[in-house]
Amino acid sequence: MPDEALKVTQALPKEIDRRAFFTKIGLGSLGIAAAGTIVFSYEYLSPNVLYEPSAIVNAGKPESFALNSVTMDVNSGIYLVRADEGYFALNAVCTHLGCLTAWNQDLGIIACPCHGSKFTRTGEKIEGPAPKPLPWLKTWVSDEGDLMVDRSTDIPPLQYLRI
Amino acid sequence: MPTKADQIVDKVRESRVWRSVFRSGTGNSTLHRALAIQQNIFLHLFATKVRKRMVRFSATWYLGTLTFGTFLILVITGILLMLYYHPSVPQAYADMKDLQFVVSSGLFLRNLHRWSAQLMVFLVFAHMFKVFYRGAYRTPREFNWVIGIVLLLITLLLSYTGYLLPWDQLAFWAITVGSNLSSAVPLVGSKIHFLLLGGNQVNANALLRFYVLHCVVLPLAAILFIAIHFWRIRKDGGLYVQQSEPKAQAVPETALTAKEVK
Repeated sequence: MPDEALKVTQALPKEIDRRAFFTKIGLGSLGIAAAGTIVFSYEYLSPNVLYEPSAIVNAGKPESFALNSVTMDVNSGIYLVRADEGYFALNAVCTHLGCLTAWNQDLGIIACPCHGSKFTRTGEKIEGPAPKPLPWLKTWVSDEGDLMVDRSTDIPPLQYLRI
Repeated sequence: MPTKADQIVDKVRESRVWRSVFRSGTGNSTLHRALAIQQNIFLHLFATKVRKRMVRFSATWYLGTLTFGTFLILVITGILLMLYYHPSVPQAYADMKDLQFVVSSGLFLRNLHRWSAQLMVFLVFAHMFKVFYRGAYRTPREFNWVIGIVLLLITLLLSYTGYLLPWDQLAFWAITVGSNLSSAVPLVGSKIHFLLLGGNQVNANALLRFYVLHCVVLPLAAILFIAIHFWRIRKDGGLYVQQSEPKAQAVPETALTAKEVK
């Protein structure tokens, strides 16, 4: 008989006692609270409203740019180029570590003062640590006839805007 | 025959007020001296007794102590600088210039803060080189070396966050470049960059975040880890002195000769 009783208890599903049950509940709720704290902290630390300049820049009338000229807008960090093929806009922020590059009229290149990257007028890298060419930005002409640039939208290179 | 000054000192030390603060009591016995260390909240982190050769200049060149000294200077001058500095875009640069040219002793305090910061980074590295080449990081002191690495990172982050606060061209571009480095972290790089700057570019949010990190978060972390670092010195057997190490690490002569015979 004692042997049979032993077999019965062994066959029963694994029981957990009251203490283990409450420990699990307690640890589980602490885990949920910890996960919630992480999510809450992340949400709190990411600003929902940014008071940064708009990504869309009004560059003025297209005729104001001379043929074969490179014009830099320091405030928005873009180059506006009027080439024979048409207009285009380049992001002036270096693809290496984010410094503002500068157009060198004499050498006809774009150069970064921080780590020496050099680019052609169309954004292709000549030398330096920059991993990518300077991106071309989306350009269009507004209803008022102004040249518009969207700094947040890259386009494939050599897509000139003909007006 | 005790002098009059000694008698006055003794009288003060035996007074009720003094005894209520320093409960270990007066006296030159070994017990009293040990209690004076053990019952002091700051000194109890350290060993109650140290060997004389451990506190000699030649043992450590006092590099750790000197690093802590620069940290104290930085805390004091930093708090004073905070009284005139507003971490906002229109005011930060002007406040820095005011500290240099308008505030009495402002130039002195600002330069003291700056040079101490440079010196602290130098001393941290010198301390680490000393510990490394002396082999003082070895068992049982490995964990204190790790705490030291954490303190190195905190020191560098304090340096980095403080760099933005003058809000001049150098600060702006250094932080632009430095924060872009964090974008290189796989998968979460751009998120870290966004959280660090509180936006996509170095702006008002970034200045405020760096200010809070520089003046509150990182100093508190530094104080916590410095306390652990000091406490571990006692727990790991005191300051490391080369001569005090057991000779077990040297190759036993008998083992050598036995091999040669073979």
